[in-house]
Amino acid sequence: MAVVKLKRPKLNFGEKIYFGALIKGFFLTMTHAVKSLRGKSAGAESLASSGLGVTMQFPEQRWDDHLPEYYRGAPTLVTDEQGRERCVSCQLCEFICPPKAIKIIPGEIPSDDPWAKVEKRPKEFEIDMIRCIYCGMCEEVCPEQAIYLRKDYLITGLKRAEMVHDKKKLYEIGGVRTGLVNKWNELK
Amino acid sequence: MPEIVIQIAIILVKIIILTFIVVLPLVPISVYFERRFSAIIQDRVGPNRVGIPLSLFGFKKDFHFFGLVQPMADGLKLFLKEDFTPAHVRKAFYWMAPALTVVPALITVCVVPFGSPITLFGHTEKLIIADLDVGPLFVFAVSSLTVYGITLAGWSSNSKFPFIGGVRSTAQMISYEIALGLSIIPVLMYFGELNLGKIVQFQADNGWLLLPFWKGGHLGLPDLQTALFWIPAFIAFVIFTISIFAETNRMPFDLPECETELVGGYHTEYSSMKFALFFMGEYAAMVIGSALIITLFLGGWSIGFGLDKYITDFRIGDFQLGGLIHLGAFVTKLVIFILFFILVRWTVPRFRYDQLMKLGWVIFFEAALINVFLAALIIAAPQLTGAILAIGAILLIAVTAAVIWVAKVSEEHPKPLRA
Repeated sequence: MAVVKLKRPKLNFGEKIYFGALIKGFFLTMTHAVKSLRGKSAGAESLASSGLGVTMQFPEQRWDDHLPEYYRGAPTLVTDEQGRERCVSCQLCEFICPPKAIKIIPGEIPSDDPWAKVEKRPKEFEIDMIRCIYCGMCEEVCPEQAIYLRKDYLITGLKRAEMVHDKKKLYEIGGVRTGLVNKWNELK
Repeated sequence: MPEIVIQIAIILVKIIILTFIVVLPLVPISVYFERRFSAIIQDRVGPNRVGIPLSLFGFKKDFHFFGLVQPMADGLKLFLKEDFTPAHVRKAFYWMAPALTVVPALITVCVVPFGSPITLFGHTEKLIIADLDVGPLFVFAVSSLTVYGITLAGWSSNSKFPFIGGVRSTAQMISYEIALGLSIIPVLMYFGELNLGKIVQFQADNGWLLLPFWKGGHLGLPDLQTALFWIPAFIAFVIFTISIFAETNRMPFDLPECETELVGGYHTEYSSMKFALFFMGEYAAMVIGSALIITLFLGGWSIGFGLDKYITDFRIGDFQLGGLIHLGAFVTKLVIFILFFILVRWTVPRFRYDQLMKLGWVIFFEAALINVFLAALIIAAPQLTGAILAIGAILLIAVTAAVIWVAKVSEEHPKPLRA
């Protein structure tokens, strides 16, 4: 490799005595201080600041309105407009899940059920939110459009048991999702 | 009761009030200001949540108060932390070092004048713990003991980073003490006085050293000599302030504890309250340093503009309480100066060690020395004939030019390794 000889810039007298740069620095920091006190810092508006610096102060203010369409929050199960559980417990999500957060125990749909032709639905469906890494692979792999990552991000609990979302909780967060492909309607 | 008991009681009361109620609370307050001000400079918010949790006692809202309780929470945290002593340290010195940094800083409080005399029950009392006639000398003598604490901490920790920190701090503090002592000689020559209380009284009557716009209680422009003395006074102020920064290990000169190079510097091996003592000693030294700068250059407790006489004489009934207003003025100035310290910390990048030494020995030492002669010339001018004055001025200019020339010549030019 060729040797590159760099020449240090020659400082003039003003730069050598250093005071000019100091005063410039004071002006810079004080401008920042005044601006951030007035809530006029660069980027304060686009970051929805609290009026002090660019910081949004969390529990009172939230970023929810600014979340993008593709935001990956908590994974949930959804029902469709006919009130049917979409999940057929094929367990693909359980297999693909990188941190092994999903646990499914399949169950049969009784023959007197109007959706008996679907044959299976989960008896138990648990997602351990301590393990979940919000990668969205479960959503991608699902052939039934049953599992979706929603925009919920405040998953908290005081015990480990509280952090495991069971089937009831998953449907509660997921709710009803319309406009999905209802392939079971045509099948006999 | 014998007289001496009353005297001792008065001194104890003054120590308790002035040290533990006025100065010591300034330490956590300056920590709080440090965090909030640096946050604001960096477009952040800073600690604004810790308050009184009234909702725990059944009230509707918590009382945040801008997070002012944060330093108390920090202190409590440090109390509850494990006080760990590593096995490889030299125990006795390891235990002594934190105390040796805090105690000198707090001892120097005793010569700082906090306000004009107050009269209670017909007894006039000065708001100064020990009215010594050698104020600044006492401060230098005692505060230079701080270096023992830091050096012993570095050495007794028996590990390399604290050791380098201790050695650095020793060299730095000893170098800057020279500039510190020399820079205030012009000031002391001007006042002709070493008693800090009398220095402040003089400034209250005749204008602050850096703001000489009144005399004998009347506003007005200073005479020629006072106006000319403003130049050496300002040079002294700049050198003294920057040396105080170096002396208290504050930011542009915080080489003894620079995190990027030495982990935590001399207090790497310390934890819990021992670390808190170092922390406290550092901030206490900063408070005392600003108190000294204010006392010498910015009028101490005086409000200025010829108002001090009326405030000193302010009385409610039989009690002369103007001193308390002056105390308030002093603390206000102190807080403003601490804010300046913080602003400097978050503005100026750290010096390299050789730059630090060069600044101390080559620039400040010479500048302070020349400043002494400049001040002497200005003070002695009325007694001298024109010829002697001219010779003195020419000599001074010649010496200054010589010093600048030597400094320029001695500056090393980096030679290329290979031709």
